[in-house]
Amino acid sequence: MPQTLAQKLIAKAAGRTGVEPDEIVTCRVDLAMMHDLQGPRRVGPMLQKLGAPIWDLDRLVVVSDHFAPAIDTDAAGILDLTRKWAKANGIRHFYDMQGISHVLLTERGHLRPGMFFVGGDSHTPTGGAVGAFAIGVGSTEMCGVIVTGEIWVRVPRSIRINWKGKVGRGVAGKDMVLKQCGLLSMEDCDYRVIEYRGDAIAALPMGERMTLCNMSPELGAKTSVIPPDQTTVDYLAQRGVKVEDAGRWHSDADAEYERTLDLDASALQPQISAPGSPSHSADTGNYQNVAIDQAYIGACTGAKLSDLHMAAEVVRGRRVAPGVRFLIAPASQQTTATAASDGTLATLTEAGAILLPTGCGACAGMGAGTLAAGEVCIASSARNYRGRMGDNTSEVYLGSAYSVAAAAIAGKIVDPREMLQ
Amino acid sequence: MISGRAWVFGDNINTDLIAPARLLRRPVAEFSKFCMEPVMPAFAAEVKPGDVVVGGLNFGCGSSREQAPEAIKYLGVAAVVAKSFARTFYRNSMNIGLPAIVCADAGSIPQGARLRISLEKGVVEDLDGGKSYPCQAVPPHLMAMLNDGGLVEHLEKRLRAGVPGANQP
Repeated sequence: MPQTLAQKLIAKAAGRTGVEPDEIVTCRVDLAMMHDLQGPRRVGPMLQKLGAPIWDLDRLVVVSDHFAPAIDTDAAGILDLTRKWAKANGIRHFYDMQGISHVLLTERGHLRPGMFFVGGDSHTPTGGAVGAFAIGVGSTEMCGVIVTGEIWVRVPRSIRINWKGKVGRGVAGKDMVLKQCGLLSMEDCDYRVIEYRGDAIAALPMGERMTLCNMSPELGAKTSVIPPDQTTVDYLAQRGVKVEDAGRWHSDADAEYERTLDLDASALQPQISAPGSPSHSADTGNYQNVAIDQAYIGACTGAKLSDLHMAAEVVRGRRVAPGVRFLIAPASQQTTATAASDGTLATLTEAGAILLPTGCGACAGMGAGTLAAGEVCIASSARNYRGRMGDNTSEVYLGSAYSVAAAAIAGKIVDPREMLQ
Repeated sequence: MISGRAWVFGDNINTDLIAPARLLRRPVAEFSKFCMEPVMPAFAAEVKPGDVVVGGLNFGCGSSREQAPEAIKYLGVAAVVAKSFARTFYRNSMNIGLPAIVCADAGSIPQGARLRISLEKGVVEDLDGGKSYPCQAVPPHLMAMLNDGGLVEHLEKRLRAGVPGANQP
């Protein structure tokens, strides 16, 4: 039977030549990741109860990103527990406050095409950007993986999304995925894999591809995959990862998709998602002039180097509107360092942006930048559920880094293209 | 057999409503008090042991945080019935021993109805309305895990018995 890329990735992990949709198979895990929020503090006691060793220390990555840096003694205690657990268990790949896990894993060369990757976080599908099968799980499931090196999966069906044409200036991968959130219901994508294809995808740099795959859970999808190409190979080569089998990780020409969607990148307008759900996405014009208290560039979704570059392009030579807080929490320490050396941070801070530590921060209302009652924020993150970034009555609009930066300057939601003339 | 009153919620109940991230640094006894607070403020205080949470489509969407089903279970809820589940919630719930049951007619269950659920038969009965709704059967490997009390207990049993590939279906 012809296989989609997702089927091939699962089949390889299951030691099979092919798999059928809906069958339940057991897969060997190539890489597992857990973080400070869901990892050692929860998985540690389970492992202790089982008295079982970690199946493979080379295949486990532990990251402290959610509570980093500590803002109170609870957070400090959790970070301390994570550090001590990593030391006591001889963890070889431990990143303490070096950035957000989903960005670190590709940035530090842990992920590569063909891998079956399980992460203890819903935004794990970010890894699909390099052509890996990347799925998010909870703590108990992670404990099972760490003990056995295996996980069962029901083979999902795939939806193919062809993005054709070329995105205009001021339009980003974030707008592409928000557009999809508005078009497709979560039921449409429930437990499906999104496979991205088309010349607009081929033209996207790795950072933007990660944004697309990152928002799989907001679409209701199991995960997303982008077939590896020269962009993937070059990106990984720069990080010391030599990929020789990229050609193997593509769908068969006659593979079956549950549905195929053709979308026109050249007609795409900047998208804004209104408070409550990422599915409330529409062209920016629909939310023009909504006044904001805070603009937040942060999270695994929207604070990579490419996002910081977009923001800098908008704010260069401008000033943040009076009364607006423009907060930037780069997604990793490497992002901060590169943005410092290439002048991006100077451009942003000269415009009045406030630089925050790297980490998950205010995205989930856990770190610096949390919202007060009734406050309105525009964020480059992935979620705007009620109470997500703070008080239950605060409101979060989602947009690209271009849109967030433009709103910071204008003090209200505007079309970022007006500032890119 | 599970029996209790139905607490009915709508579609797309997300994990930030069930277990707000800003409270996850605290123990379950504390964050569970805020379970569903934005959509049903009385829920956490008034739900009784054995009661059943009834959801619409895509129940538990959003984060993979296991604290979402953990909060519901801690409050004494015996099962979650929904038209459909976000996959991470479904697996998390089953893994901690809280049955997650897919029932296409979950939307017909009235608020406060007395329910009786048989996992083996795959049926939800509304004792007040005298109706019964078929559910998707729980796959055998998950039924075995639920009967052991969850994945950790299941693994413990299998590891002790020396079963290779203790996590296999």
